[in-house]
Amino acid sequence: MIVSDSGGGVVSEYQTIFGSLNHYEKGGVEIIEDNPKHYVFSNVFEVASKSKPYEKVCVGKNLKYVIEAVRAEGDSPWYSAAHDESALCMDGEIEVHFVKPVEPQVPESREGSVKLSGEPKGQKMGWVKVRRGHMALLPKGAAYQFRSPKPGVLLIQTIKGDCTIERWAEICQTK
Amino acid sequence: MSTASISNIEAPALGRNLGYKAFALGKFRFERDEYFAHIYYPLGRHLMPIDAFLRALMRDVAWGFFYGTVNFDNVLGTVNHYGTVDLFMGLCNTAYRQANRAYLETFPTKDIKAVFDGMLDDWTIEGFDPFAAPDETGKPFGRKRGNNRKAVQRQRVVAARMVGLPGDTGYRTDANGYSVNRQFLDVPQDQPEVHAEPGFESEVHAFNLFGYLSRSDVTWNPSVCSVVKDSLMCPTTEENILPIFHGNDRVEWFVQACDEIIWEIEDGSSGKPRAKVVMKAGDVAAMPADIRHKGYSPKRSMLLVWENNDNTLPEKYSRGDLKPYPVEF
Repeated sequence: MIVSDSGGGVVSEYQTIFGSLNHYEKGGVEIIEDNPKHYVFSNVFEVASKSKPYEKVCVGKNLKYVIEAVRAEGDSPWYSAAHDESALCMDGEIEVHFVKPVEPQVPESREGSVKLSGEPKGQKMGWVKVRRGHMALLPKGAAYQFRSPKPGVLLIQTIKGDCTIERWAEICQTK
Repeated sequence: MSTASISNIEAPALGRNLGYKAFALGKFRFERDEYFAHIYYPLGRHLMPIDAFLRALMRDVAWGFFYGTVNFDNVLGTVNHYGTVDLFMGLCNTAYRQANRAYLETFPTKDIKAVFDGMLDDWTIEGFDPFAAPDETGKPFGRKRGNNRKAVQRQRVVAARMVGLPGDTGYRTDANGYSVNRQFLDVPQDQPEVHAEPGFESEVHAFNLFGYLSRSDVTWNPSVCSVVKDSLMCPTTEENILPIFHGNDRVEWFVQACDEIIWEIEDGSSGKPRAKVVMKAGDVAAMPADIRHKGYSPKRSMLLVWENNDNTLPEKYSRGDLKPYPVEF
């Protein structure tokens, strides 16, 4: 099959299928002898389509570590963490703005991202603009804010924190 | 079952001389002919198609025996104990165990690696790349004919923090030999806008992960691309069939970035079928710690494998301190 060029690629006999907020197809778990809940199966686009802007909905949890699906829409609160995080853009076009706070916003001992009361005082570090497939570093100690005029989807690699929302029964295949 | 060390790395070959070396490891003996790997052990002899054997061997070597169990097929495999490695026949096969045909020896990692490295080097002939999809490579059959050291000695990518940061693992480009794969020609290669203020170039950072993956020259080979303490995001490109059944010693997670993979899930100890997981773009699923899985990717696809590298986990799962699934709800 020949597909047209869309979004910077070239004509190919293969079509790579990505998902988006507007269009995604969900697979699923076909049980032979097991409990479907054990596979904690969800879809990031479905989760983001039902989330409020910047809710950090946990879609993967490995003890204290999590991956969160985030609906990016408008300006987010400012966040900071005492460790690196990563943000993978799954849909949309999203800016991430960074500030180096004068005072550390999160103690070293605390894990997970922390929502700040506003933009902290400090030096502007710069910003990035990511589109689908782009991964950004959310560096340790920096404060950051997402800005997305249109709805988009982020996948955040981080540690469970106060902002992490767990609503497994609502997002996962249960039978 | 016993513990043994290498008795003879290059044992003399039996049978027809096709130019291949034979290898011995403890009481195991490995030989190859035109079509098969022959594995002799004190309780019998096992055969694997040589293409399947080399593809499985390649992953086991490249991953440093990976997390947990690498089943070459439903009989032969390895279990990583991070310092030592079990080499077994029938350990994860109920029929073999019930018939007392299961056999296991434990080796220091460096010893089994030396033998596996040598076997991979000698048995992989010119034109065959065990890391490539079957449609992208030549055949491994026939008499000894050259080698493909460039292919079998690839180094696995392991970022310390994130791909592309100063001092960290670099990008894949046409210039350094990583062209876009034939099945990913439509994947955008645009780069994110990065506007770092002076002095923050090593912190304000972003890169095109999907573009990076589209240039991977290997299949079923997770590489570490971003790190949050022990949380490792290990994306990989998949095409055709995962050459092993992987039985992890901890929970791992999959995020399907594009296209589709169908996973066969079996019980990790017995091989009894438990589920099939169909993953499409954006799907997320856990792989419990007590299963083994094999994936089928009809078209080349991108999979984000997410691992917890905490080295205390295997013991906690094996003792039952942690449940084999990650979430209760």
